[in-house]
Amino acid sequence: MEKTVRAIVISGNGTNCEREVAYACHLAGAAVDIVHIAELLTGRVNLNDYHFLNLAGGFLDGDDLGSAKAGANRLLHAPVAGSSDSLVTQLQQFIGAGKLVMGVCNGFQLLVKMGLLPALDGDLDQTCTLTHNDSDRFEDRWCQLIIDTASPCVFTQGLNNLYLPVRHGEGKFIVADEEVLQQLEDRHLTVMKYANDQGQPTQDYPANPNGSVAAIAGICDQSGRIFGLMPHPEAYLHRTHHPRWTREELPEAGMGLMLYQNAVRFIEKQLL
Amino acid sequence: MAWRIIVGLKKNIKDARGEHIRREIEEHLHLDLLTVRTLDVYTVDAALSSTEVEQVAAGPFSDPVIQEYAINQPLASEFDMLIEVGFRPGVTDNTGRTAKEAIQYLTGRPFADGEAVYTSTQYLFTGLTDKSLAEKVARDFLANGLIQYWTILSGDELHPQIGVHATVPKVTSDASPEVRTLNLQISDEQLLDISRQGMLALNLEEMHKIKQHVADPLIVQERQRFGLGAELTDVELEALAQTWSEHCKHKIFSAKIEYEDEAGKVQIIDSLFKTYIVGATDQVRKDLGADDYCLSVFKDNAGVIEFDPDWSLVFKVETHNSPSALDPYGGALTGIVGVNRDGMGTGMGARLIFNTDVFCFASPFMDKPLPPRLLHPRRIFEGVVEGVEHGGNKSGIPTINGSLVFDERFAGKPLVYCGSAAIMPRLLNGKPCHEKKVQIGDHIVMTGGRIGKDGIHGATFSSEELHEGSPVTAVQIGDPITQRKMFDFLIIARDRGLYNSITDNGAGGLSSSVGEMAEDTGGFELHLDRAPLKYPGLQPWEILISEAQERMTLAVPEENLAAFIALATEMDVEATDLGIFTDSGYFHCLYQGKTVCYLGMDFVHDGVPQLVIPAKWQPRDLAEPEFSQPTDLGHELKLLLSRLNICSKESVVRRYDHEVQAGTVIKPLLGVTNDGPSDAAVFRPVLDSFAGVVVSHGICPSYSDIDTYHMMACAIDEGLRNYVAVGGDIDHVAGLDNFCWCDPVESSKTPDGRYKAAQLVRANQALYDYCVAFGVPLISGKDSMKNDYQIGDNKISIPPTVLFSVIGKIADVRQAVSMDVKRCGDLVYLLGKTADELGGSEYYAQHNELGSQVPQVDADAALLRYRTLNQAQKQGLIASCHDLSDGGLGVALAESAFAGGFGMEIDLTEVDTTTAIREDKILFSESQSRLLVTVHVENQANFEALFAAQSCSNIGQVVDGDLIINGLQGQRLLHQSLEQLKQAWQAPLREM
Repeated sequence: MEKTVRAIVISGNGTNCEREVAYACHLAGAAVDIVHIAELLTGRVNLNDYHFLNLAGGFLDGDDLGSAKAGANRLLHAPVAGSSDSLVTQLQQFIGAGKLVMGVCNGFQLLVKMGLLPALDGDLDQTCTLTHNDSDRFEDRWCQLIIDTASPCVFTQGLNNLYLPVRHGEGKFIVADEEVLQQLEDRHLTVMKYANDQGQPTQDYPANPNGSVAAIAGICDQSGRIFGLMPHPEAYLHRTHHPRWTREELPEAGMGLMLYQNAVRFIEKQLL
Repeated sequence: MAWRIIVGLKKNIKDARGEHIRREIEEHLHLDLLTVRTLDVYTVDAALSSTEVEQVAAGPFSDPVIQEYAINQPLASEFDMLIEVGFRPGVTDNTGRTAKEAIQYLTGRPFADGEAVYTSTQYLFTGLTDKSLAEKVARDFLANGLIQYWTILSGDELHPQIGVHATVPKVTSDASPEVRTLNLQISDEQLLDISRQGMLALNLEEMHKIKQHVADPLIVQERQRFGLGAELTDVELEALAQTWSEHCKHKIFSAKIEYEDEAGKVQIIDSLFKTYIVGATDQVRKDLGADDYCLSVFKDNAGVIEFDPDWSLVFKVETHNSPSALDPYGGALTGIVGVNRDGMGTGMGARLIFNTDVFCFASPFMDKPLPPRLLHPRRIFEGVVEGVEHGGNKSGIPTINGSLVFDERFAGKPLVYCGSAAIMPRLLNGKPCHEKKVQIGDHIVMTGGRIGKDGIHGATFSSEELHEGSPVTAVQIGDPITQRKMFDFLIIARDRGLYNSITDNGAGGLSSSVGEMAEDTGGFELHLDRAPLKYPGLQPWEILISEAQERMTLAVPEENLAAFIALATEMDVEATDLGIFTDSGYFHCLYQGKTVCYLGMDFVHDGVPQLVIPAKWQPRDLAEPEFSQPTDLGHELKLLLSRLNICSKESVVRRYDHEVQAGTVIKPLLGVTNDGPSDAAVFRPVLDSFAGVVVSHGICPSYSDIDTYHMMACAIDEGLRNYVAVGGDIDHVAGLDNFCWCDPVESSKTPDGRYKAAQLVRANQALYDYCVAFGVPLISGKDSMKNDYQIGDNKISIPPTVLFSVIGKIADVRQAVSMDVKRCGDLVYLLGKTADELGGSEYYAQHNELGSQVPQVDADAALLRYRTLNQAQKQGLIASCHDLSDGGLGVALAESAFAGGFGMEIDLTEVDTTTAIREDKILFSESQSRLLVTVHVENQANFEALFAAQSCSNIGQVVDGDLIINGLQGQRLLHQSLEQLKQAWQAPLREM
């Protein structure tokens, strides 16, 4: 049992992608549980029993106060039964233990709005955000992505580019000021960028679907263990997920799976 | 005192919402404004300290990176005009609810009764100085007066310290609960007055039936035991009106119809539903014998068929037309969230896997004046699309198939069809999951949202035409998150075996849900005062029939009640014990221990008298048009591609998440640049299996203007044709019919009722004939029968429209086929014969003609073709397959070509026609059951061998370059680049 990579996917309150994220973890070789947030708040399940936390896509609380805002507020303030701590305390212990966190779409928004990403100064001050697309529209669209190969991100090791769908209305990445952007770039934390046909980062719609500054699609913290991205890796696990699978020769496994495989491999090497 | 917290973007941050609104106002109202900025306003009517309010404003209510806020003072500056729009009292305010929860987490203290957060939006304009123009912007674009209020202030009118004065739209009522009784032993005129004034939609015969019922001394004697008498209570009358409404009882489909055909032969039809719909399914199931894959048809909220050895497939399609006409956003949102409860309320409950949407609108570019109370089609388009977007996306359910259909008459009533599919285990805790039964003594438990006045008289309202006095309360706004939380809970409760039965609360509210479930036991006892309310002041009858959303009713056995409620509480879902299912034989409601409704179950459910409807069919005197063949058919093709019924719907499709759940294998947009139009969707519901669900639909209202018999036949064929085009198994498929009709009952308001009723009969006859011929069982359906607009003498009736939805399976999704051509050199085949059938076609419509020769379906030939195509698909012989529908061969060729990025060279002399036909007619005829297929050269022999005895013509080849069509004399008839064709196809709705 000790040698098993244990992954958790939190569900509830409008999380929608928990099943396919769990399936991705499973395909990558992890033992995975989908855990409703009520299970965590009652104290029956503890985050610290897992190695890999997945915050899946969806619409936490309908994104009513802005994407993931109410969800972040819950994690910061809702008490865990039988303890004086809120869930964020467990989460900080989890991160402190060097474990992995991946937030996709609404999960990325949640990490950013809780201040867990990029956490440049190691505290929970929010320095970036994700807000309404320049089009003011939700869009479902596949995007070319390029990877910063010098990034410390453990999830993207060995990858140069990816092709994944975005499905969001609030994916425009914004920084508090130029210095934040500079630091993100200097430290190679801007892991993933929207790219044009030439493989270059772009501000042009629709290759950059939302108008994100510096074409940023995903970022990590300095440890490379906390990673958030707007595109959906769990939406490309098999060749039949690809929009052109009926006309192109594609490998059986989808590109999105590699992120999960990297996570599992890292945990096997470093945490087991 | 209420706090006002105003949140806005910092000056250097782009206001995408404001910019979007500026563009839309320019489009809608032709007003050129300089800038529009937006602010969010939270009116917090709760006892909070100023420190707490500060925390709330700085925390969950604003984003420190991009936003700033003000408390009890204005944030607005540098504007010419301010319009603030908020909800009227009692209207669902989802953001307000989330805001309240966020404050509770932050303070650790629950709100007191009556405390709440109300949201509104401030719009700040520059370049708008005229108050009356501002009023127009508010009324015709920003707000809907039925559900929203607005405040308009010019720049110098805003109080510099206070800003806009706080409005607290709290429902206040000093009404104390009261049950009125009505003496029904009165004149006919008075009886009808009661029905009209109470919005009951009961006709005189029905009122008589009720009058006689309470005049029976034996019944009065029984009623007296419970403190009632010879007078009916308002609770009882409302319950009867709901249950007997057209919406709930389908009185027109159950009516006795005296049908006279064109030869004068009279036929008595005792219920269209039983004769043709149930009749077809019975026959098909008999024909299928041991291979019958139907599990539950017509009796539940949705139909259920076998999917694979472990899973069953659930499907339902609903309409939400009248509410969408009044409030497009709320109406459509409620439609999608509502149909999702049907899947959850079928059998013991199911997990939702996808949605489908079909909308029928008038042109959004319509520039004619509209009659009173109708919203402009563009507003309806925008609102409906956004409502379904929020309903589907937020529910985590992919929207994978749909269409937009346009006809000017849909200005009178838009049609909003929402479909929902789900899967359930074949067996749940050892018993078939598609079955359920309430046990005597089970508790009536309501879960989910609370009850307000929302949607009161929704069922009776949708049974009437849209008129001046249509009630505001008929409008509801769905709440996908409350529903999602409830579904998360219910699936766990289902798997733990905590309940015996479940159904949704839709039309008629508790009155319908509890009333229907109680048919299992033969009675119930419901305590209306125990129901959780959104606000005080509801009358007992309102509690009974409210259509407040996001509620399910369950039958929970005594021994599981505590566990059920504890699980709900833990998962933050409200669940309330409202009473007991009994075998008393009575529909029994109490309020504070006192009986307020005591009606025999038999009378409630079977008492409604059968309507008698006359119908007379007389074919219209129509002729084929006489225009000569246009010289430039390339131009004609581009015009067709730009018609609203044919052009690209990409701008809408992208707004729907069509990939969540990671099951969508054939997506709505595909091809070399991911933007070609798919015929149908293929979805893999179980992630570790390659078995797929295939879903498609057919809808062709334009043929109704010639003959609804062939309209129906064509809709069935179109649905099946789309289904097999992608690889759907023609021998494991089910259909759902959704009729949307204009009032077919002859009256002074509807003098042509006999003709409309005959149209209805003929559509049903075709439904029977073709479902039986194709071997397709109908598993569920719905009808919406009063799609008329009438104010004064102005009447608009929609064209008779049936959406025929198709669902089935594909054994292995890796065998699915897409519509885009794949490579140069592939051979192009046309399957099926082309006839001179352009009556009701898009081509004739382009020439302002209707014609008379409507397409007719040869089911035997089509079925053989579809089966053979399935074989070819399984053998991997098909490179691409696209159905021919609106715009015929010409449009299909263009779409397959530009989706695939290759041209084609086509020879019209090779097209298999029934008679000698003109070139333009060969290109644009809408003859049914035809498919355009491309085949790799190496598969030619095997492919041709399979289709040896059928109409299958090699009409050309895939080439690098343009679409070239050669005419009957070998001449170059049409030569267009793919870019030209695609541009024509994409342009019309690109900016919507």
